[in-house]
Amino acid sequence: MVSRRFFLKSSGLALVAFGAAPRALVRSVYAADGRGKKTLVVVFQRGAMDGLNVVAPYADPIYRRMRPTIALPSPHGGSREAALDLDGHFGLHPALEPLLPLWKDGTLAAVQAVGSPDATRSHFDAQDFMESGTPGVKSTDDGWINRHLQAMPSPGATPFRAVSLTPTLPRSLAGRAPAVAMSSIREFALRPSAGTAVASGFEGMYDAAVHDVLHGTGQETFEAIDFLKKSDPSRYAPAAGVEYPRGRYGDSLQQVAQLIKADVGVEVAFTEIGGWDHHAAEGGVQGQLAQRLRELGHSLAAFQKDLGGRMQDVVVVTLTEFGRTVHENGNRGTDHGHASVSFVMGGGVRGGQVHGRWPGLEERNLYEARDLAVTTDFRDLLGELLVRHLGDRDLSKVFPGYALSASKLPGVLRG
Amino acid sequence: MTPRSSWRRATSAMLALAFATPTVTAAPPSRSARGFADERSRIVHALNRLTLGPRPGDLEAVRAMGLERWIDRQLHPESIGDEELAARLAPLSTLRLSSAEILRGYDPPPELKKEIQKRRSEMGDSASDEDVRRATRELAAQYRDTMAGPPRRVVDELQQAKLLRAVYSERQLDEVLVDFWMNHFNVFAGKGQDRYLLTAYERDVIRPHAWGRFEDLLEATAQSPAMLFYLDNWLSTDPGASVEDLRRAAMEEAGMRPRRAGGMARGFGRRPGNRPEPAAAGNRRAGLNENYAREIMELHTLGVDGGYTQKDVTELARCLTGWTIRGLRRDAPRFFFFDAAHDHGDKTVLGHHVKSGGIKEGEEMIHVLATHPATAHFISYKLARRFVADEPPAALVDRAAATFGKTDGDIREVVRTIVTSPEFFAPESRQAKVKTPLEFVVSAVRASGASVQDASALAQRVGQMGMPLYQQQPPTGYKDTAEAWVSTSGLLARLNFALDLAAGRVRGVRVSPDRLAPRAGDGAVLADALAEQLLPAGLSASTRQTLASETSRGLDPARVAGLILGSPEFQRR
Repeated sequence: MVSRRFFLKSSGLALVAFGAAPRALVRSVYAADGRGKKTLVVVFQRGAMDGLNVVAPYADPIYRRMRPTIALPSPHGGSREAALDLDGHFGLHPALEPLLPLWKDGTLAAVQAVGSPDATRSHFDAQDFMESGTPGVKSTDDGWINRHLQAMPSPGATPFRAVSLTPTLPRSLAGRAPAVAMSSIREFALRPSAGTAVASGFEGMYDAAVHDVLHGTGQETFEAIDFLKKSDPSRYAPAAGVEYPRGRYGDSLQQVAQLIKADVGVEVAFTEIGGWDHHAAEGGVQGQLAQRLRELGHSLAAFQKDLGGRMQDVVVVTLTEFGRTVHENGNRGTDHGHASVSFVMGGGVRGGQVHGRWPGLEERNLYEARDLAVTTDFRDLLGELLVRHLGDRDLSKVFPGYALSASKLPGVLRG
Repeated sequence: MTPRSSWRRATSAMLALAFATPTVTAAPPSRSARGFADERSRIVHALNRLTLGPRPGDLEAVRAMGLERWIDRQLHPESIGDEELAARLAPLSTLRLSSAEILRGYDPPPELKKEIQKRRSEMGDSASDEDVRRATRELAAQYRDTMAGPPRRVVDELQQAKLLRAVYSERQLDEVLVDFWMNHFNVFAGKGQDRYLLTAYERDVIRPHAWGRFEDLLEATAQSPAMLFYLDNWLSTDPGASVEDLRRAAMEEAGMRPRRAGGMARGFGRRPGNRPEPAAAGNRRAGLNENYAREIMELHTLGVDGGYTQKDVTELARCLTGWTIRGLRRDAPRFFFFDAAHDHGDKTVLGHHVKSGGIKEGEEMIHVLATHPATAHFISYKLARRFVADEPPAALVDRAAATFGKTDGDIREVVRTIVTSPEFFAPESRQAKVKTPLEFVVSAVRASGASVQDASALAQRVGQMGMPLYQQQPPTGYKDTAEAWVSTSGLLARLNFALDLAAGRVRGVRVSPDRLAPRAGDGAVLADALAEQLLPAGLSASTRQTLASETSRGLDPARVAGLILGSPEFQRR
């Protein structure tokens, strides 16, 4: 039996064996110097973010009419408390101001009207469908990220090939391929006072429990602990002048940056930020949405600055399970809708523009006469990132039953 | 001979059988070893599922009483005395307060909130969390005399109480079921005023109805300030009503401008400046809020595949307009039907024509939902998943749903159908569930016979494992299936907790050394003796072997106990 445990001993960060791959279409997973592995960072915004007030069609009179108290004011109205103009039609929520420089230097893009073709307005089902990557199919066991790992076997992979900075493993990462969940790098170790006999005792017990679902998790845990001890990512302090916002989300992105800087072989990192379900007091320039965006925007901007040149090898994508009603409701909030907005940030991004076909807000163009219609299937967006950034060649396994074609990809990445 | 020592002998025999490496061969003469082993295994299984884990001595106690009688008693928690628990809960004084008392004692007065807000905006975005916290503390200190304690204490005490009950209550099945309903009807403590409403929610809404008719439980949650606030229904109004109209109506009702004195006004507006809700600014339209109408169907009754449409959500939301709260800010929060905010048109929900009838419309729909076949099935499925297996046998779910239908949703009878079923006791059900963080932490404390002086560290540990109590933000509650809790992070947190607990390094929790250091000798003997106490369900042969070989390297009992509590077998129930 081949143990995954000591795969690294001799090889270090060995190159992936590609086999006879149609490389013409695919970027190398490794940069030329062999050091920088390509990394995809997924940001899941749980609770259904109101995309229409984040990348707001401020120039559209219907937007203003449907949202009399929460629409973002036009950037041309003379008020400083207004949307930040992106392209004359869309404006960024002012709480995301820290991201504006990235937009201007072309490393940040938005994709409007992204979502799932499934009609559900249930948070639970919609998150589940987005994370399993199979809208409408509840019986899927594993997540889209895990299936990507399975489809691209990587003999030189480290235990941190797929890592989630969460206390439990998200559905996106669930499945046969190993994946690590951890709340904090620093605490990811067995109590040192327990001694080596205890450590080897635990390892032995989980190693032997071959018929238990905990068997694989046990192995992954001990491998990851060993590996982390050697690479010690927590010694990487943020770059000079970079300050992550205090709080859980800033912490998790800071740790993703540490893992990347420590070269532990992260190919996909998963983070999540909750609190987007703004049925009441969502507000406009100020309000609960603004508060969440402030934390998200500061965190992403700090992450980008912290990684500096290494952002060339990193792409960050934000996802949320669905968007919210075009109409505001009776409580300065919005109810469950359909399409929302995604951000894509990183070195290879065709930034500074709003991608995706804008379906419009006229009633005939709305989904079920009330919600922004989906014009970019989330699988097309993720598919593009997997193919162009991570070099995946077989998306039929990642998104079974879904045919991706070059013409449908939103074109958020260069090349 | 004490019962305990005879039990020891007997269990040794059973363990020996289970491991097929017999060290003791004598079985009690009165029954066959096989029948005895099966009875023991059934009791252990029942303890694993109907309690939060066996304590030392539980097995003999159940055997002495008889398993069937014990289960029946657990199904009638009111018949079980719980004095020790009551004594342990006594110091947690907020548990006994009404919502009004909690608000008056722990919700910062509006003036303080205003000052805090002002200071925060002065400090700007660049201020660190720490600076903001310090400033808040300083301001709050000036109000110390007017408050009974910090706002945090209310939820802290709820968390501690939940753990103390789970560890110490004799009404174990009651705690399991209350936990089930609290999760089913989840309310997030972090949402605004809900932190002050949860105490009464659990005590006065969930607990008294946990064993009753499902419809009563559903209606009690629907009219609880905690749920009305959490899922925003208190704000949902007739889309045709303007905010100004509603404000005027609320003031009249409150007797502030008594143009129309009426019974509704009683008890309202006693304090000047107590502005009636809904307090929304501006001369604008109020309107529907679909949040609760959707979740009551998706999560509380029919289930997501229960056959409702977006149209049903909107129509049900219309039926429930005007179901609101009065007295939410430093007063006595209570359900209130605000007629002026109600949409008086006719509605059609799930094919039912609902005639305009004010509060009756919501009540009628709650009845329709509570007695809908999809609800019987959904509730039965969730209960069977909790008690039997992640994918419960369909035949069992059907029988439980039939009980639900026949008994008008009598929760006790549905639970009885499940926990006395052949499927419940089937060999494939045993040890089939992976413990949630709460179940793991509590079962380890119970197994080790530890004494809990202060449960806050335990609450913290459960939170670090991904299950912060009363703090699940989405209305779905926590998952009850293995895949949600099996992860590197979760496993590591469990191993460390096991080691810390056994070594006496969990603050506020004392493990008595005798309990963990039976007079046994070393190596395999020590490991077996400890396993017998901590894990009556038994270790697998391979775990036992690993344990014995590590133990023979001279591990002390605390470390051996830590290994057992961290073993794969202990993660299951």
